Amino acid sequence: MIQFFFRRFFHVFPAFIGVTLLTFSLIHLIPGDAVELRAGERGIDPARHAEMKAEMGLDKPLPIQYFRYIGNVFKGDLGKSYVTKKPILEEFLTLFPATLELSLCAMIFAVLFGLPAGVIAGVKRGTPFDHTIMAVSLTGYSMPIFWWGLLMILFFSVFLGWTPVSGRLSALFWIEPQTGFMLIDTLLSDEPGAFKSALSHLILPSIVLGTIPLAVIARMTRSSMLEVLKEDYVRTARAKGLSDRRVILVHALRNAMIPVITVIGLQTGVLLAGAILTETIFAWPGVGKWILESIGRRDYPAIQGGILIIATLIIFVNLGVDVLYGIINPRIRHTH
Amino acid sequence: MKRRKLLSIAVMAVLFCMLAVSVHAKEKTLVYCSEGSPEGFTPALYTSGTTFDATANTIYDQLAKFERGETKVIPGLAESWDISEDGKTYTFHLRKGVKFHTTPYFTPTRDFNADDVLFSFNRQFDKNHPYNKVSGGSYEYFEGMNMGKLIKSIEKKDDYTVVFTLNNPEAPFIANLAMAFASIGSSEYANKMLVAKTPDEFDQKPIGTGPFVFVSYQKDSTIRYKAFDKYWAGRAKIDKLVFSITPDASVRYAKLKAGEAHVMPYPNPADLPAMKADPNINLMEKEGLNVGYLAFNCQKEPFTNVKVRQALSMAINKKAIIEAVYQGAGKIAKNPIPPTIWSYNDAVKDYEYNVEGAKKLLAEAGFANGFETDLWAMPVQRPYNPNAKRMAEMIQEDWSKIGVKAKIVSYEWGEYLKRSLAAEHSSLLLGWTGDNGDPDNFLAVLLGCDAMESSNRARWCYKPFNDLIVKAKLVSNQAERTKLYQQAQVIFKEQAPWVTVAHSVVFEPLNKKVMDYKIDPFGQHIFYGVDLKD
Repeated sequence: MIQFFFRRFFHVFPAFIGVTLLTFSLIHLIPGDAVELRAGERGIDPARHAEMKAEMGLDKPLPIQYFRYIGNVFKGDLGKSYVTKKPILEEFLTLFPATLELSLCAMIFAVLFGLPAGVIAGVKRGTPFDHTIMAVSLTGYSMPIFWWGLLMILFFSVFLGWTPVSGRLSALFWIEPQTGFMLIDTLLSDEPGAFKSALSHLILPSIVLGTIPLAVIARMTRSSMLEVLKEDYVRTARAKGLSDRRVILVHALRNAMIPVITVIGLQTGVLLAGAILTETIFAWPGVGKWILESIGRRDYPAIQGGILIIATLIIFVNLGVDVLYGIINPRIRHTH
Repeated sequence: MKRRKLLSIAVMAVLFCMLAVSVHAKEKTLVYCSEGSPEGFTPALYTSGTTFDATANTIYDQLAKFERGETKVIPGLAESWDISEDGKTYTFHLRKGVKFHTTPYFTPTRDFNADDVLFSFNRQFDKNHPYNKVSGGSYEYFEGMNMGKLIKSIEKKDDYTVVFTLNNPEAPFIANLAMAFASIGSSEYANKMLVAKTPDEFDQKPIGTGPFVFVSYQKDSTIRYKAFDKYWAGRAKIDKLVFSITPDASVRYAKLKAGEAHVMPYPNPADLPAMKADPNINLMEKEGLNVGYLAFNCQKEPFTNVKVRQALSMAINKKAIIEAVYQGAGKIAKNPIPPTIWSYNDAVKDYEYNVEGAKKLLAEAGFANGFETDLWAMPVQRPYNPNAKRMAEMIQEDWSKIGVKAKIVSYEWGEYLKRSLAAEHSSLLLGWTGDNGDPDNFLAVLLGCDAMESSNRARWCYKPFNDLIVKAKLVSNQAERTKLYQQAQVIFKEQAPWVTVAHSVVFEPLNKKVMDYKIDPFGQHIFYGVDLKD
């Protein structure tokens, strides 16, 4: 087992180097100049331009820049933002709780609605119910997030006035972040109504971000249920005279859940990395929006650092899943 | 007995909460839906208007200020100033009794004085100053305004008198000192941070003398301020000010409509009719201090020929551009400076749209059959040009009528700026928003020979014009300067290095509860003096 773990762990290194190399080359392939962008229409005289490039370390050839960067990363230094001049790790850690909170809420929403929808569609296969659920989930999957978000805002926030438009908390509450998770911070504060405000701010972004995972989970659960319902042990359970509910929930669903859980895990990774549009629409101060804005400003350390940390997180989550599979199913360990 | 006690405690708690709520409700909190996050909290280090809104216009003051909503310079932290006869020595008499903010992280022990002025300028001016390299230490505005070359020395005469000596006379100097980069910070606070070995904190937890005290900043989300009770010019009318950072214009509008915000900047042009019709929104508008232009590369053939430039200017139907691109929210520009700036020469005659006349001029220049060229269009929307690509298409169409085939070229914004700085273009669309309301800020910065390597995208260095603007800088008498700038505008029109396209109108939608808001001509957002109806 230990050997298996180390084997898996060493696979992480090429992935890690690959991510850094890819990020580094891609951002330097994008046209544009960090110095020029800062100067804007004003322009900048060539001497000052060269001086600033040297200050940013952009005057060296790209391979040297890369090796210097990698060297610093291994020392735990991700550099400082060109814009705010703050350490990248500090910026990331300030923003990450917001992304994590939103991703978790979106996932809870997706599981809460996607799982039952998939089970019902699987059990009632071929009925109008099944067709409706599948049609709705396909629509959800194909919905452009930007349009969907704005539509939700216009209907629920502007027209009905039920939910706040954007942000994480009403401007009337002055709460100092302690954990960075607004739901926890508002609970810790003594401001009445703050928690409710934080919760209401989470509703629309969670729905919008959770729509695609919901559709994926619903479809996956349905097909997995269909497969399991054909299995011998389900027939045996029915033959034993168990109730339909017990057969579906205890015998079928538990087995059907294995691929669904894998999908949930993968989708959580996607959410962490892909909340960019949702965060932009809902002015959600998370890492997705931060990386997007950094690309616009050619803030190379922020783009590289942000992507690297997220990729590392996903790599380690996958490593954890791989190791877990190995523990659960010894055959996986030995096939390698 | 115990139950009674509990009941009375509960009643008291409810009463206390009600009282707290009523106090809460009485406070006037203005929510400004800002378009982006500040880069930091020391304006000298940054260049974006977003940062200046969050710092220079709230937390800090400058020696001189712009009158709210105007370009007129009035005293700020300096009560008055004297200028020597040779125009090289500026003596500032500082205001007494000005307090710095008291916050949980700093309690000042003294009032504002000359040390703070020296600290704020020397940090940018003196490369050996202990704060020069702090927080990245790049002072783009200070450098961009040539202050490093201009200032010879800054001296403290006494606690309330500071003398700036310049290398050469510079008439716009006072206006420059009213800009955001010239904000005054506390030298006492800076020293404290230096001793504590945390000088970076000075730029993240700001202390100023301005109308609002910084309370907190949640990155990319919210900035909170409260009114400074001891503000030297009188306490702000609102109690709390919140910047709710919302990058998307449609969402900002939704927030305004839902009553979650009171003021929003940069509305989508497409939303303006709906905003006008909304009974809860007051859509304010003002002529912007800007110009959108097409610059010919005067060092490249055939634009070295003045007749070609004149012909191409004449071939453009500006009226159609104003209607289609600016959707009516703009004014035809005939001068490189907007009409709101003093010295604007209204006597200048613009090139009339005249296809036949243009053809004739082009033939005289030796291009009877036209020629092929490129026309660069910016990829971004700017206040002075809401849709450069559409504008380029219209100009392309107009030029084709006189036989000039223009190929539209566009790059990513950073690349566009970089390549245009390298003068790779033949003609390009760009624009400018004024910094300090001085004509020099347009004429010298954009068309002067000194700016050939930077912001003079026309690469036009014309001695008769340049002599006038250089002379105007050396004279402090405004009437005399006006004459010089007016002559310069006549030469500019004759030489046609640019086609001056438009001055756009700036819109700002507000909730009707907002009172006394004034649109800033420099495109910044100022909340001192603004009130909220109960």
